[in-house]
Amino acid sequence: MGKTDRRYCVRPTVRFLDDKLIKKIITEARDVLKKLGVEIHSDEVVSMLQEHGAHVDKKHVFLNEEIIDKALKTAASSFRLYDVLGNETHHFIDDQVYFTPGSAALNILDHKTNRIRKPSTRDYIRYAKLVSRLQHIASQSTAFIPADVHERISDSYRLFLSLLYCEKPVVTGAFTMEAFTIMKNLQVAVRGTEKALAEKPLTIFSCCPTSPLKWSDVTVQNVIDCSDFNIPVEFVSMPLSGFMAPVTIIGTLVQHTAETLSGIVISQLRKPGTPMLYGGSPAAFDVRYETTPMGAIETQMIDCAYNEIGKYLGMPTQAYISLSDAKMLDAQAGFESAMGATLAGLSGINSISGPGMLDFESCQSLEKLVLDNEICGMVLRLVRGAKPKDDFPSVPHFEELLKERHLLISEHTRKFLRDEIYFPGPVVDRANRTRWEAEGASTLSQRAHDEVERLIGEYEESRLPDTIKKELVTLMESEAKEYGMDRLPDRF
Amino acid sequence: MEILDRISEMLQRGDTGKVSALVKESLTENIPAKQVLDGGLIRGMQVIGEQYRLHEIFLPDVLLAAKAMYAGMDILKPSFIKEGMPSLGKVVIGTVQGDLHDIGKNLVGIMLKGAGFEVIDLGNNVAPESFVETARKERASVIGMSALLTTTMPVMAQVVELLKAQRLVGTIKTIIGGAPVTKEYAQEIGADAYSFDSADAVETVKALVKPA
Repeated sequence: MGKTDRRYCVRPTVRFLDDKLIKKIITEARDVLKKLGVEIHSDEVVSMLQEHGAHVDKKHVFLNEEIIDKALKTAASSFRLYDVLGNETHHFIDDQVYFTPGSAALNILDHKTNRIRKPSTRDYIRYAKLVSRLQHIASQSTAFIPADVHERISDSYRLFLSLLYCEKPVVTGAFTMEAFTIMKNLQVAVRGTEKALAEKPLTIFSCCPTSPLKWSDVTVQNVIDCSDFNIPVEFVSMPLSGFMAPVTIIGTLVQHTAETLSGIVISQLRKPGTPMLYGGSPAAFDVRYETTPMGAIETQMIDCAYNEIGKYLGMPTQAYISLSDAKMLDAQAGFESAMGATLAGLSGINSISGPGMLDFESCQSLEKLVLDNEICGMVLRLVRGAKPKDDFPSVPHFEELLKERHLLISEHTRKFLRDEIYFPGPVVDRANRTRWEAEGASTLSQRAHDEVERLIGEYEESRLPDTIKKELVTLMESEAKEYGMDRLPDRF
Repeated sequence: MEILDRISEMLQRGDTGKVSALVKESLTENIPAKQVLDGGLIRGMQVIGEQYRLHEIFLPDVLLAAKAMYAGMDILKPSFIKEGMPSLGKVVIGTVQGDLHDIGKNLVGIMLKGAGFEVIDLGNNVAPESFVETARKERASVIGMSALLTTTMPVMAQVVELLKAQRLVGTIKTIIGGAPVTKEYAQEIGADAYSFDSADAVETVKALVKPA
């Protein structure tokens, strides 16, 4: 690639808070944790915090400045993620951004009927195959919950299918305390040993406090289990402005900060240095419909703003932001996702969750996922910004243009075309009208569906060794038997 | 033949130097020039044209290949002194009178040449008479016209009328294009064809010159 003059490089960015306000929000959040405390449904964790000097009143733990400072001191400013083969895929640092599909949907949007339905094993495998082909989606998430297995294994079963069919690392989470063991064991099977897994993390576990200021037994157990095995966690605090949080953006940020700080304390005091993403999934509650709009502009503003707080605290960040509340692949689906993705990219949110997701995080659509993949491609281009590339001196370029009458095959064009200009498609349509008509006048939904089928058709089997794949199957079958399933659903 | 495959391959890569060298080499090996043209150069351009149509490659790739093809054809030219350079047909192109916007027309010219047509480019701001006289004098089978402005589009109709008056309709076919031009407009003024981009223009002109 040609020379880039770094003197002129600007990382396009957007900011919602200045440092003075960030400091004030953190101070207020610390005050809340100190005076009101956080409710934790785990005797083990409560005792641990008490040993570190926290004041405890039954399940209420009051976190003082010293404990919070101690935890923040050991919080890693960056970490890396690796695929099933052990290749590095992510380095969560500075303003590096990566996209991952929205996670844990209950439904899938069926293209044929344009209606939602419960997803099956077959749907999940198609999803994993599709993600393996999407260039701008850097990781898998356990995007929806297959309904054809016992609900007690529906979390581990998603991870099992993901590890079997796609090489990309996985953003996931456990629904029960017990599920962590099998989910950890599946990962150990891929890496070989617990030590190897700790050295090369393969997944990120979403751990969600309950608003306001509460940790359930399941989620807090997940936090400490992840710490024990150096499995990265993303804290997903979900304050609802005007309902389960103050109505204002700043007030919601104070709550989000307090809840996330409490997670950081639990994780870091359990094991200093555990990799973490300062994440979340807040929403500006819609008091008209009693819904939690992920596509609301205020939701996106809260996401970007808490990302600034996370960065100020020196941590990599995450947010559920590039998704939509539309019920189908319509204009709302596109614009809400694109707005969120763009703001997230400009904000430098390190792990951007959401692609494929509709309907308040309850419905995944493969067709939307391929559209979002192109949106992600555009955002990834956007954040690379405008940089001079052999542009100066300019006169020779214009001499060439005037002489040749075009620059289509100039050396400069050939050198920089593909780096400078991102060409989305085929879901995004850029043909002229006549050509579009000549090629069947397809709708975006049709093109997206065709692309889904094309990419799944081009799927190449995961290069994870067969012996490991067999071990994964053995582990999962044994887990299923525990819950009365003699056999797993067919995977063909 | 292996060397023709290599010519085709190097042309697809847009490697002008290698195409020239291989064309020279094939002539020294006494491979007939017509065979080098059809089996090497034109064949390579056909692959490029198809890849471009399918969005597998971009316009600059096509133009680079076309440049390599011209370089190869220059070397072959002396071998065709007697019978003249074989071509798929002769096409007169230009941007109509009153219009200076000729970027699209230039692209069409490059693509037509690349496909094996002989192209006479009259430039921009071309009067109706000039299109018809040149086509008649050069025994061209097709006139290609472009316009960007709605105000200059009627010049296309004047060219068709001139052809009618000189009883040349059918002998010299017309194809039109440009941002405001449509298939319906082509039908309305009695033009033989309309094309929406340069790749489509090549296919359309091929169909126009195909014996009925």
